[in-house]
Amino acid sequence: MASVAMAQVVNVYSYRQTHLIEPLLQEFREETGINYRLLTGAAGGLLERLIREGANSPADVLVTVDAGNLVAAKQAGVLQPVQSEALVQSIPAHYRDEEGYWYGLSARSRVIYYSPDRIDPAKIPTYESLADPDLGKRICVRSSSNIYNQSLVASMIAHHGAEKTEEWVRGLVNNFARQPQDNDTAQIRSVAAGQCDIGIANTYYFGRLMASDSRQDQQVVEKVELLWPNQDDRGAHMNLSGAGVTKSSRNVDAAVKLIEFLASDRAQSVYAEYNNEYPVNPEVPVSGPIKSFGDFKADTLQLSDLERYQAEAVRIMDRAGWR
Amino acid sequence: MTGTGPHFQQTKNRLFSAWTLTTWLVALLVATPVLVVLSFVFVPAGEVWSHLSTTVLPRYVTNTLWLMLGVGSGTLIIGVTTAWLVTMTNFPGRRIFEWALLIPLAIPAYVIAFTYTGLLEYAGPVQSILRDIFGWSSASDYWFPEIRSLPGAIVMMTLVFYPYVYMLARASFLEQSVCVLEASRTLGQGPWATFFRIALPLARPGIAGGLALALMETLNDFGTVDFFSVDTFTTGIYRTWLGMWEVAAAAQLGAMLMLFIFVLILLERWSRSSGTTHHSARSYRNISRYDLKGSRALLANVVCGIPVFIGFILPVGAMIVWTIASWHVVDSRYLSMAASSFALAGIAAVVAVVVAVLLAYGQRLNPTRAMGFAVRLAGMGYAVPGAVIALGIMIPFAWLDNSIDGLARQWLGISTGLLLTGTWVALIFAYVVRFLAVSLNTVEASLGKITPNMDGAARTLGYGATRTLRKVHTPLMWGSLLTAGILVFVDVMKELPATFMMRPFGLETLAIRSYEMANDGFLVESSTSSLAIVAVGIIPVILISVAIARSRPGGSS
Repeated sequence: MASVAMAQVVNVYSYRQTHLIEPLLQEFREETGINYRLLTGAAGGLLERLIREGANSPADVLVTVDAGNLVAAKQAGVLQPVQSEALVQSIPAHYRDEEGYWYGLSARSRVIYYSPDRIDPAKIPTYESLADPDLGKRICVRSSSNIYNQSLVASMIAHHGAEKTEEWVRGLVNNFARQPQDNDTAQIRSVAAGQCDIGIANTYYFGRLMASDSRQDQQVVEKVELLWPNQDDRGAHMNLSGAGVTKSSRNVDAAVKLIEFLASDRAQSVYAEYNNEYPVNPEVPVSGPIKSFGDFKADTLQLSDLERYQAEAVRIMDRAGWR
Repeated sequence: MTGTGPHFQQTKNRLFSAWTLTTWLVALLVATPVLVVLSFVFVPAGEVWSHLSTTVLPRYVTNTLWLMLGVGSGTLIIGVTTAWLVTMTNFPGRRIFEWALLIPLAIPAYVIAFTYTGLLEYAGPVQSILRDIFGWSSASDYWFPEIRSLPGAIVMMTLVFYPYVYMLARASFLEQSVCVLEASRTLGQGPWATFFRIALPLARPGIAGGLALALMETLNDFGTVDFFSVDTFTTGIYRTWLGMWEVAAAAQLGAMLMLFIFVLILLERWSRSSGTTHHSARSYRNISRYDLKGSRALLANVVCGIPVFIGFILPVGAMIVWTIASWHVVDSRYLSMAASSFALAGIAAVVAVVVAVLLAYGQRLNPTRAMGFAVRLAGMGYAVPGAVIALGIMIPFAWLDNSIDGLARQWLGISTGLLLTGTWVALIFAYVVRFLAVSLNTVEASLGKITPNMDGAARTLGYGATRTLRKVHTPLMWGSLLTAGILVFVDVMKELPATFMMRPFGLETLAIRSYEMANDGFLVESSTSSLAIVAVGIIPVILISVAIARSRPGGSS
């Protein structure tokens, strides 16, 4: 390994937890000889830190989950636009910022899970149908403090407007089987356990359960079906994990190289196999357990639109009593 | 004061002013983050505030009040009862319980919450076994208490915070003059009457102090309530700040929380002042304990055994089993995480004790109202959630760093970068701000017991203020200084939000590891780091116990 190359270091601030991002960073180091330093943190805290550190921040790259967080970082002025032919080639337009401030790296959908024994899927084909007053108290979902739910509601605002969305959220809350709590995996488990008939959770949580060798997780997978919502109209709500180069970066080349690596075929297939997420690069075949979910129609909403509605989404959820 | 002669007076004034100035500067420095947060109170939050107050605020308030009420009564009942039993009665097993009752303190509230969730949730071993036995097939076939709930949070926090009450109640009982209690006995009062009419009122200040500590920890907890989805002020601050990006409104919620704490502090002070009773005799003799035999001894064992069993043995047992089961995730990184946690906690403890001594002594030298206010202000960090402290530190530190960098670039043409932000210094500063009150209380109490005559005597011997502190006070306070340091140490080991936001690159602590894993649903895998936190925390806790037992000059045997 050339010592000159080894001297290069790219500093990564990541909302993704260590055990999800580090394997990829280690591969990046092996392939390019560029070393990395990693700092993980919760979304808001790390962004606040980037803002305060300003031009002197040591960060080169910000890795986040959820498009809402990416857009928030852009709006906070901590990212810089970068142009890369490789990135434009491998990432579809609606999964990256128009000006190159951030790039989506893996995709996941927020979908409906149900118990085939207790509910007819024909009754719940869309997100909208979950607010049906006839459905009854059958839905499990996590708290509205969670950004995945905020983004889902923001996407409803983007499609239907605030007023209709508030009506929808009220109907949805009315159908909750229990107080929102715990993480996405728990919602799926609760459907299997019979505490509720319908759950809302991201796709990779189900993929993770499928990949698990625990007997209990396998029993959960047997009892629960995944439903792709809104297949007859706009498609299932999509979200992203992604990354951007920080404004303060003193090593833009290496930073771009890292993002290009994460968008490369090799890393993209790791997202599928290791994290059970969909590659953003359409050329990379879907692999791992999520392959069994089959093909589906995905919402092509420009994800940078989500941020515009996020604060409004939180307020609507507050008003509707979604804890 | 005892100063005589113009020469002495002059020296005294100079020394006093140097001490006063230092005390003020340190107090202000430590108070800075709190002041930064408080300054947001004057930023108009406008419409957000009305949104909050009509939607989520009532829930924050009621949940917070229920939590305080629940944890308050729980810790009082367990803490006082067990303290009385091990101090004033004699039963087989008592000597073990003397220290064993303290050990749940080594477990962070969020860790015990993870563990009991792992045990009691639907997929956990307890419910699985029940289903196997009774042939239930789904959750709708039976009822089982929901662990992730407000009552669940109350139980979890009670289990790990009752030792605060126990510790201080026991210290108070130990300090009580035997003569008073014996006088009560000779007057024909039974043990119950003696307890309720004499011992309890005498111990009230100590008990109130322990209760105040337990309640402050309750108000500040983030990990447990977040994990259990119970919305309190603390979780509300996070959501408002980091979910709605309303920094001002979040800081205002923080200020409201401080109001809660302020009331607690006032209560504690009031209890201490109106409860000042002087012991009738200075002489200590061995406590003549009530001997418990037969079924009473058994009952005492049960009463003391339950909190130790469900607050420590059971959860730690589960953690050990899970650690073995998930041994494949353990690598050398755990060693470095343990080392970082230990180093951070150790340094923070030493700094906090030094600062506490400085402030307490400065206040003793110059006991003005303003000085008292400055010291109280410095201790307010205990009332502020870790993440809010982090915000209060990051804003001024990053500003300072960037200003210095700007000047250096302008005048010297070089960049200094960030000198403080993202370093160990900033993180340790955060811990000191957060936990200073813990050491301050202990140091103040200990200093207060040293009669001013000592200072006078030292002065007439020609000692200055600093030398008096070093030669006279410090040796007398040594045990309390150790206790103060240990309390801070254990708190830092458990600290989560500030570490999360402020740590330097590559610094991983056990607390962070544990929380990241548990929050992502890997309860079993999180047990290794949880267990390590407990293991590191337990030694100091036993040391405190020994220190308390030795604190009684007449011996406790």
